[in-house]
Amino acid sequence: MTSITDPPQGSFRLSMLINDTRYRSYTFQFIALVALIGFMAYLGMNLVRNLTAAGLNISFDFLGDPAGYDINQRPIEYDSQSSHLRASTVGIINTLIVAFLACVTATIFGVIAGVLRLSNNWVVSKLMAIYVEMFRNVPVLIWIIIIFSIMTVSMPSPRAFRGDDPSSSMLFDAFAFTNRGVYIPKPVFDSGGWIVVAVFILSVIGIFAYRRYATKKLYATGQLLPTFWPTVAMFFVPVLLFYFILGRPITLEYPSLQGFNFKDGIQLRGSLIALWFALAIYTGAFIAENVRAGIQAISKGQTEAAASLGLRPGRIMNLVILPQALRVIIPPLISQYLNITKNSSLAIAVGYMDVTATLGGITLNQTGRAIEAVLLLMLFYLTISLLISAVMNVYNNSVKLKER
Amino acid sequence: MSDMHAHSAAYVRTETLPELPPPASEAGVVKWMRENLFSSIPNSILTLVSIYVIYQVVTFVFPWIANGIWNTASLAECRTVLDGATGACFSVLSDRWNQLLFGFSYPPEHYWRPGLAFILLFVAAAPVMFFDLPRKLLIFTGIYPFLAFWLIWGGTIFTPLFALVGLIVGYIVYARFVKQSFAMGFFGGVVAALITWFIGGYITDAIAPAEPFLEAVQSRDMGGFMLNMILGVVCVSLSLPIGIVLALGRQSDMPIIKWICVVFIEFIRGVPLITLLFVANVVLAYFLPPGTSFDLILRVIIMITMFSAAYIAEVIRGGLAALPKGQYEAADSLGLDYAQAMRLIILPQALKISIPGIVNVAVGLFKDTTLVSVISMFDLVGMIRGPILSSTDWNGVYWELFMAASVLFFVVCYGISQYSQWLERRLATDHR
Repeated sequence: MTSITDPPQGSFRLSMLINDTRYRSYTFQFIALVALIGFMAYLGMNLVRNLTAAGLNISFDFLGDPAGYDINQRPIEYDSQSSHLRASTVGIINTLIVAFLACVTATIFGVIAGVLRLSNNWVVSKLMAIYVEMFRNVPVLIWIIIIFSIMTVSMPSPRAFRGDDPSSSMLFDAFAFTNRGVYIPKPVFDSGGWIVVAVFILSVIGIFAYRRYATKKLYATGQLLPTFWPTVAMFFVPVLLFYFILGRPITLEYPSLQGFNFKDGIQLRGSLIALWFALAIYTGAFIAENVRAGIQAISKGQTEAAASLGLRPGRIMNLVILPQALRVIIPPLISQYLNITKNSSLAIAVGYMDVTATLGGITLNQTGRAIEAVLLLMLFYLTISLLISAVMNVYNNSVKLKER
Repeated sequence: MSDMHAHSAAYVRTETLPELPPPASEAGVVKWMRENLFSSIPNSILTLVSIYVIYQVVTFVFPWIANGIWNTASLAECRTVLDGATGACFSVLSDRWNQLLFGFSYPPEHYWRPGLAFILLFVAAAPVMFFDLPRKLLIFTGIYPFLAFWLIWGGTIFTPLFALVGLIVGYIVYARFVKQSFAMGFFGGVVAALITWFIGGYITDAIAPAEPFLEAVQSRDMGGFMLNMILGVVCVSLSLPIGIVLALGRQSDMPIIKWICVVFIEFIRGVPLITLLFVANVVLAYFLPPGTSFDLILRVIIMITMFSAAYIAEVIRGGLAALPKGQYEAADSLGLDYAQAMRLIILPQALKISIPGIVNVAVGLFKDTTLVSVISMFDLVGMIRGPILSSTDWNGVYWELFMAASVLFFVVCYGISQYSQWLERRLATDHR
């Protein structure tokens, strides 16, 4: 007679910690945790010993001290007597400015290049291939420096605009390209100017609302409302109407040559332009590849199926191809935005005063607070990254194919 | 009926006519141009605009390159020779070529050493890159890191020799014990290697000759494109195994290990490389035992390796996630343990899927090695911005230098990405 014996129970032996797969994972995790804590404690002990030896401590009080240095691009009130915290805030805003500008421009470049690379025009698609390969395979730092050199070396000095027969002249009498930066007109708001802006924003919201309504109506009743001309009308008519009724409340202040330099208008420094365009062109090449991959990922059957339903080419693109391609394009696009934000830290190479150059550069060197400054710097970038990945996750969940 | 019809017809063609050539607009160059260049009005406009742009660029760049001066000693002299004509002063390249490649303080009589190491790099990489080559060549690949270190840094040969011996001893111990358990083999191997290195260190100190065969070169003398190559090759090869471990850790069932890996990866991926280089430059020293100082190049290598390991881990995690679950279950049902299943079934397939991503990371990393110029190391970009552009002879030669730097990087990066595409086609086992 044979009988099934129960597996041995209850008798836990020490060797089971290594040999039994049920307990082994606890052993490994315990070892890993102890090793990690030990390593951290070792680093911490070294830190304490090094700091006491150097007579230093960890303190963030330096943020309140006066910074004592100038920042050439000040989006908010700042002077050399402001605190280091204020300087870092200016740096953060400058980082966000250049990152935002570069993201918008890179998207435009990337989408155009990606679509044109798929064009059946041989010359254009080859040109775009050259653009993509050329910029993807050379470090962005080199591009930043090249464009910075163009801005500072090849541009005429403001002196060249002077005299009766100047060797350089302003573009449309509004834009001046000089080696001190590009001067562009600055909008000046009189009383009522903000009303025009508000009207413009409202009409843009109105356009989106109308298009949504048209789509809804199409799906509900099958009735096709015209969208193109109403959109154009809503875009221009209310704004122009209010602009002239209120007596032209918004005027442009043109840059003008006074003395040895340009006055008025907005000065875009060479460092800003170099960083902005280098990041935009470089990242644009990557976005172009994402766009191309996204469009090619949609199988040809989708186009043919849409055509066989009798849709016109424009509608095939808008209703069938793009919604599917965007699902493929947008996640890598957002991580490219993340890359732009991180690469904007290269500002330090051309002297653009972003947060790396203020907090991680001059503040660090002046106060000698290396650990605190680098820690804060990392926290800032980490926060931005986590925010952007949170946005990406929300988007991914909203467009995920609803399966099963 | 048909008979009558045949007789009543006046003329019947009995043989087929020779084929006429297609109309001129439907053949040859004309057809190609109609289809590819002028298929519609917007297309034609695009074509014309593109051709105009190409014409402008070529007429601007070509004379500049063709008139280039290659043999003057300074920019002023070059301008005199050009005498107002358009032309490049490539003489900065011929004058400072060695500095661009090796930095400004590597002893010139030893340039052949990094040069030889660079050539041998191809020999060492060949058996890894091309599977058709005899497997015996892999032995050289194993020796190469130690040989290259000895060639570039010089000094006594015993240091790399004992490093190599330690690895071999470790491997022998590992091979002995791995039959019992992977963990035992692994840790046994590590311990054996550490002991060998420890003993080797003493022996080296005792017997190292005062005048080594190859004169020692300090790390701070490394520079130029050589520094970019060293950082790129070392960091990519070190970060690959670390990245695999991190990816496996992130996929692990053990929560503590998983969270350690997740925090590490996400932290590193969330900050720019420049902040990590700041850490290497000014912060890392605070975390080392007082009195120790190892040189900047090593600290930078540690930080860049951590950086690229995090990115490679994410790529490999993607490859692991893309494998069908059946592969994991098949390995389990064969009775393989975790280490065997990973080594024999999962990783070979997952790595194959991840090749394009890994190559992307490698190319990106190689380009990012230029960032070390920000923490005042004189790599290629650092050399150009520092010693060369600020010298009195060559102050103002921007385009020639940056063009040379771009070309150097382009050749390497484009070459790697072409290789990766070839490899993808080669490894494709599905029939698409």
